[in-house]
Amino acid sequence: MDFQLTKEQQALKEEFEDFFREEMKNAPPEYGHGGLEGVYATEEGFRFHKYMAKKLGEKGWLSRPWPKEYGGVEAPLMEQLIFNEVAAYHRAPGVDPFGIGMFAPTLLVGANEEQKKRLLPPLAKGETFYCQGWSEPDAGSDLASLTTTAVKDGDHYVINGQKTWTSGAHRADHMFLLARTDPDSTRSRGLSMFNLRMDYPGIEVSPILYMDNKHLYNDVFFNNVRIPEYDRIGAENDGWNLTRATMNFERSGAGVFAAAKTTLQEIIDYVKTTKRDGKFLSENPIVRQKIAKLFIDTEVGQALAYRITWLQQQGGLIFAASAASESKVFGTELSQRMANYATEIMGLYGQLEESQWAPMEGTMATLYQFCTGMNIWAGSNEIQRNLIAWVGLNLPRFK
Amino acid sequence: MNLDFTKDQDMIRKSVAEFVAKECPYEHVKELEESDVGYSPELWKKMAELGWMQIYFPEEYGGLGDPFMDLMIIIEEMGKTATPSPFFSTVIQCGLTILEGGSEEQKKELLPKIANGQLIMALAQYEEEASYLPSGITMPAQLSGDHYVLNGAKMFVMDGNIADRLIVAARSEDAGITLFLVDAKDPGITCTKMPAIGMDNVCEVVFKGVEVPKEDVIGEPGRGWEILERMSQKAVVAKCAEMLGGCKVSIDMTADYAKKRVQYGKPIGGFQAIQHYMANMQLAYDTSINYLYKVAWMIDEGMDISQEASALKAQVNEAYKFITERGVQIHGGVGTTREFNIALFYRRAKSAEYVLGDTDYHYEKVAQSLGM
Repeated sequence: MDFQLTKEQQALKEEFEDFFREEMKNAPPEYGHGGLEGVYATEEGFRFHKYMAKKLGEKGWLSRPWPKEYGGVEAPLMEQLIFNEVAAYHRAPGVDPFGIGMFAPTLLVGANEEQKKRLLPPLAKGETFYCQGWSEPDAGSDLASLTTTAVKDGDHYVINGQKTWTSGAHRADHMFLLARTDPDSTRSRGLSMFNLRMDYPGIEVSPILYMDNKHLYNDVFFNNVRIPEYDRIGAENDGWNLTRATMNFERSGAGVFAAAKTTLQEIIDYVKTTKRDGKFLSENPIVRQKIAKLFIDTEVGQALAYRITWLQQQGGLIFAASAASESKVFGTELSQRMANYATEIMGLYGQLEESQWAPMEGTMATLYQFCTGMNIWAGSNEIQRNLIAWVGLNLPRFK
Repeated sequence: MNLDFTKDQDMIRKSVAEFVAKECPYEHVKELEESDVGYSPELWKKMAELGWMQIYFPEEYGGLGDPFMDLMIIIEEMGKTATPSPFFSTVIQCGLTILEGGSEEQKKELLPKIANGQLIMALAQYEEEASYLPSGITMPAQLSGDHYVLNGAKMFVMDGNIADRLIVAARSEDAGITLFLVDAKDPGITCTKMPAIGMDNVCEVVFKGVEVPKEDVIGEPGRGWEILERMSQKAVVAKCAEMLGGCKVSIDMTADYAKKRVQYGKPIGGFQAIQHYMANMQLAYDTSINYLYKVAWMIDEGMDISQEASALKAQVNEAYKFITERGVQIHGGVGTTREFNIALFYRRAKSAEYVLGDTDYHYEKVAQSLGM
């Protein structure tokens, strides 16, 4: 067993470090601590995201894991993990979580040659930005019950229905959409995946304001939206399988723990420099214990993430699939614990959002609100726990 | 980077697992728990013949000089059967104390005997106040000519009742905390087993005018705490390996039970309440076990693990208690009985929690390591 990065990995890590350290100096104040809200809530934040995407595209870093013929270097998973860790540690944007994180891997597995040649290069250059058209008002955790329809009409499909919780739909120029192409089907069998432009006639995007009044999520309505047939990805009615095709891309959640380490260091700096009742907060045994616990969580979470990536790389996909669910649960609930502890430690100041009075630029008050969504998105933590029980522990599945 | 075990290590794991499963089934563990000596001398002899006690000690002291990782694997597997033996007190706590702090002569005399299973030893550190800190060591060691005289009581001495030799931490007036090698059969020593949750060999050991020659000081007078600290960091990792072995079988036996136990016409493992408990148990295990391997690797690399050892112990203390408590709950009524094995691990989780520092103690050490 050897946890040391190789010389090549170490050199790569330093190259990533240097880049992000330098470029993050350009982050506008509106970007805050980044994350999806940092990227999508303000014009300035999204502009910075696009700027970083372009820079990363120029470096070839958005497409590193891809095959050479599509502009990648076939970077192994462990290098992806290192990249994701460093980017997260610096809270850097630029990697479209939907276009690069989800759709590109799907294209590589399920698209035809023409689609790959047409759709991958602009993604690699950081020129197109996607949103994910999956969730619907009545299809959340139970995604396979979705009802948005795609009806064939000559060489087009006509889309009708509604998507919801669509992060960044108000800024993305494309969507990858899951819709029902077989009207007689009920669950996962009759679904197809589509690539579409957000400026097609008949698409209406309407904001869903988050509890902190920020605009991240949207409803997206489709009213007879026509999509050319050549933008259907994969075979008709085979879309569900494509949603599972992203398994071979880095999904360890390592970035969450790297970002948590950055935040924790800021909390430590805060308690070491802030006095209450004549003592530094860092002298309070309760504060010390909370911080120790958070630190341990970041350590063990990181160890799990490395294990997941290692096993994925070695082909241990079953454990990796279950453990990726574990990492999602642990990472999101750690964020929640961190926000809760930090705002508790701050006392009255814990309620303040970004302002001259707020500790840590109000980012912990923001996280306290935002983290509740993290426990729900991308498969709620309840569904993730079911998956751990079914896949990891072989307990009986409910039908 | 390579996060796999070597083929040899896989073989060690397999052979230890097979041996303990055959030689120490749970029924036997429970019999041993009810015996005075609390272990099986025959089994101990067989373990010695297999070379398990030799693994980590250098060759010049009768060992094999193998990596700590190999030792960790053996302990992890022993943890899965809750094998009662003086392995931890003798090989880990006392063996490592001698290795870290002993003179060349002491190492040459004692380590080969530990390595071949001839010598059982116990560490006498804690006292009535039950403090994990240096201030908790108050028992006086009075210098008198060419020997020290020990008077006082030590508590929670694991395997004191079966030990041939003790390592006693006492306070010499001029030098401070000092470690002494003491013959356990000295007439001035009385040892009494204390009834405990783990049904193990925790003992009270009382010293009355016990004379220890100066040459039986381990290291130098006054260096006792420093040696204990160095030993403790590695011993914590060994203990956590044992504990995580217990976590693993607790999850496995609970999952098996949940698949078999039928209520409302269905196996209870199909109910989401049970599945979510089990998912949380698995998560607690997977986060801990991968960190264990990382810290064990750091030991073999000679890296400083003062922060990681404490982080690990705090993590595993809580994980073991959580996993076994939920394990009992999922078993329902039968989980609370002497017959069912989950309760064995539920009790062991509590006794292991105290070994080398409880969770609060290690949280505080982590806080200090973060510059607070």
